[in-house]
Amino acid sequence: MAAFILRRLGVLGVILFGSSFILYNLAAISGDPLESLKLSSEPNRDFLIASLTRELQLDVPPPARYFLWIKGVLGLFIGNPDFGKGRDGALVSHSLALAIPVTIRLVLAATIFAIVLGISIGVITALRQYSRFDYSMTFVSFLMFSLPVFWVAVLLKAYLAISFNNFLRDPHVPFGWIVFLGLFGAIFWASIIGGTRRTFWTVFGTAFLIISTLVTIFSLTGWFLNPGLGPIVVLAMSIGIAFGVTQISVGLGNKAALKSSLTMAGMSVIAYYPANWVFDNHPGSLQVFLMASLAITAAVFVGMSFSKIDRGPIIRTTIITAVLSGGLIIVDKFMQTWKPYMETDAINYRPVPTVGQRSDLLGSDDWWLSNLDILTHLVLPTLALTLISFAGYVRFSRGTLLDVLNQDYIRTARAKGLTERTVIMRHAFRNTMIPLTTIMVVDFAGVIGGALITESVFGWSGMGTLFRNGLLGYDLNLLMGVFFVTASLSVVANLVADLLYSALDPRIRVGSGA
Amino acid sequence: MIFKKKSVQDNSLTVSGENAIANKEVEGLSQGQIVRRRFFRHRAAVFSLCVIFFITFFVFTALDFRLFGIWRMHGWWKWTVEDIPELRYGDCPNDTVGCPTISLLPKLLGGNGIGFGEHPFGQDDIGRDFFALVMKGTQRSLSVMIVIGIIGASIGTVIGAISGFYRGKIDAVLMRFTDFIITIPAIIIGSVVGYHFGNLGAIFLAFYLGLFAWTGLSRLVRGEFLTLREREFVDAARVAGASNRRIIFKHILPNAVGVIIVSVTLLMSGAILLETALSYIGFGVVEPDVSLGLLINKYQDAFTTRPWLFWYPGLFIISIALSINFIGDGLRDAFDPRQRRRISKKERQESATARKLAQAND
Repeated sequence: MAAFILRRLGVLGVILFGSSFILYNLAAISGDPLESLKLSSEPNRDFLIASLTRELQLDVPPPARYFLWIKGVLGLFIGNPDFGKGRDGALVSHSLALAIPVTIRLVLAATIFAIVLGISIGVITALRQYSRFDYSMTFVSFLMFSLPVFWVAVLLKAYLAISFNNFLRDPHVPFGWIVFLGLFGAIFWASIIGGTRRTFWTVFGTAFLIISTLVTIFSLTGWFLNPGLGPIVVLAMSIGIAFGVTQISVGLGNKAALKSSLTMAGMSVIAYYPANWVFDNHPGSLQVFLMASLAITAAVFVGMSFSKIDRGPIIRTTIITAVLSGGLIIVDKFMQTWKPYMETDAINYRPVPTVGQRSDLLGSDDWWLSNLDILTHLVLPTLALTLISFAGYVRFSRGTLLDVLNQDYIRTARAKGLTERTVIMRHAFRNTMIPLTTIMVVDFAGVIGGALITESVFGWSGMGTLFRNGLLGYDLNLLMGVFFVTASLSVVANLVADLLYSALDPRIRVGSGA
Repeated sequence: MIFKKKSVQDNSLTVSGENAIANKEVEGLSQGQIVRRRFFRHRAAVFSLCVIFFITFFVFTALDFRLFGIWRMHGWWKWTVEDIPELRYGDCPNDTVGCPTISLLPKLLGGNGIGFGEHPFGQDDIGRDFFALVMKGTQRSLSVMIVIGIIGASIGTVIGAISGFYRGKIDAVLMRFTDFIITIPAIIIGSVVGYHFGNLGAIFLAFYLGLFAWTGLSRLVRGEFLTLREREFVDAARVAGASNRRIIFKHILPNAVGVIIVSVTLLMSGAILLETALSYIGFGVVEPDVSLGLLINKYQDAFTTRPWLFWYPGLFIISIALSINFIGDGLRDAFDPRQRRRISKKERQESATARKLAQAND
């Protein structure tokens, strides 16, 4: 195993070396970094040219200069990497250190949403193969697949952001919209749950009533201006979460798991006021992290005390419930921050921004306010990226699950008399996840490399912007710095994907091939 | 609930019944006929194929068409990209200029009748006919797509075929070379290439992009060749004295063609999005040439006042990419031997009655 990883790393090193050499020379012959200076009429032109030449070592021919660059990069192994300086004199490693977190923030949430949403819809369409829901989701995912991200971005900006901001001036949902939202949600839930015609219409009616009533209440109480959940709604939602998570993970028949999840849901509501006290008086990432760990520890203890046999799955179910209902409390806190946030001068009741990564004028040190600001800036890019990348996951998970459902071991599982839930979740879904995991890892690396367009549309300054500047200004060090990060990431992601695959699927042996 | 109860016995019975129907369907047909039949049964794919043919024909005949500067064909549309007609004032809503004259509402329903008018998609800032610009841009995008498809398909097939067929050292070297190209994210290669060669015109850009677009295909083809080369018909051909070349091209490649065609369609739909995205960020097709991505980039700020300058190029991108994706889906279904057609209730009942009758006769 170790020998395999070492050999792969060696090969990958050679590959990285070769591709960076080619890219370096390709970029170097493309243009002269001194071109704009040579054309300028400034009095100190010659001095500027000379100093830039010295700074960027332009007197060395590109193939040789590449080795100077790689020598600096190889300092990585002795803990002292040197990516050189950009044209503006800033250290490339410094610019990268600023840009990487921005790009990761941009793509992380979108990737997670796309994976969760894509896989759930893919699984449902596979289980409902050839149903109307399947056909419409196929169409929607193909449509998303064919959308250019820059086009979607402009539409989202114009329709979603600006209309939502206008809506918040007078947050009353018109009657037509209430009916539309109700019908849309009703059709959605009814087609997911499916079943006989009677269940379909029952679900349809219930969903329509619930959704339209909720929207009406929200509209009448001005909830959109001053949202919040409050302890009672948190309790109700946590109980719902406890039932849902138990049903999907071990089945409602498992009483121990159900009791343990319900206890956890109750505990999270007891924690509501203490948690809010901490949020108000000692805000910070560390505190949130500590409370999350506390919740998980509590979940482990609750799970252990309720389970006699089959500990693992019950503890797992409890932990998931704890994390989700704890998340509700955090969401509630953000909702409470919404009103003060909208009242600040920088926002002035137009909370969904169309460009940028944060409002510089916010001028508040409040932890919740500034994080809410970051979140509102994430809304549009995340939505655009999610819409586009979730389609791939829908198609892929649907195809894989259908393949798995045709396998003999599924028939065996059914023949043993296992419940359909166990067959789908334990036997089919787990095997579907094997190829999906590897896709996810590689995809994440690819998304980071491809953030160029999203960043440019939404005016973020992450790695894509650095790359663009490098390309436009013939700034080789900057360009190669970005390339080094994205390429190593994609190489490592491929390696991790291979290792994961062999770890998850015992039929595949690492090291047998190349 | 989501987990529908299924009785095992019932399931196995239906499977055998479906198999019987499916087998009966393909009796005495060649592989090509089966594939064609299955493809034409996929309604969305057939519709998309018609759409693609229609768009291609519509777009390439609209403007003047020059072949090597000698042979020239007049387009049916009155304006070209070079013409600068006068900007339309006055009759546009909200005091805008150059609004579209296309009308799809017949006079019966209170519209202006179905017709194109003077400038169906409106006019740009200096008055150029936007319909002509969109036609030109779509021509560019379609040609880029086809060139990338052809180049990517040829390189990918050859490299995948060679490394899958010969295995061993050749395979190792070629696959490392593929990894080497994969290392570089497509968009980065695209922007470096587009930035340097974009001014040479769309076809050159497509050519260079094609040189980097074959990696996924070559891996697929390699996998296909690795399994196919172990099959009996390859041994038979070898015993009969066929050369390696003959085995590759006459025996294995026709069997791998399904995988290739499907993944080339996906490659092409990716290519059109890549080209428009590159042109959008300014690293692809550059002015004075026209491209759909370039048009969107140029007029995205005009969205609130003159949205048509933004809608039409986007609609063309989406309809092309969507059609190609659906065609690819139809082809995948058609070539997949495991794919079973959806058996309708009526057919299932018919086969059940037939089976009962047969049992009764026994």
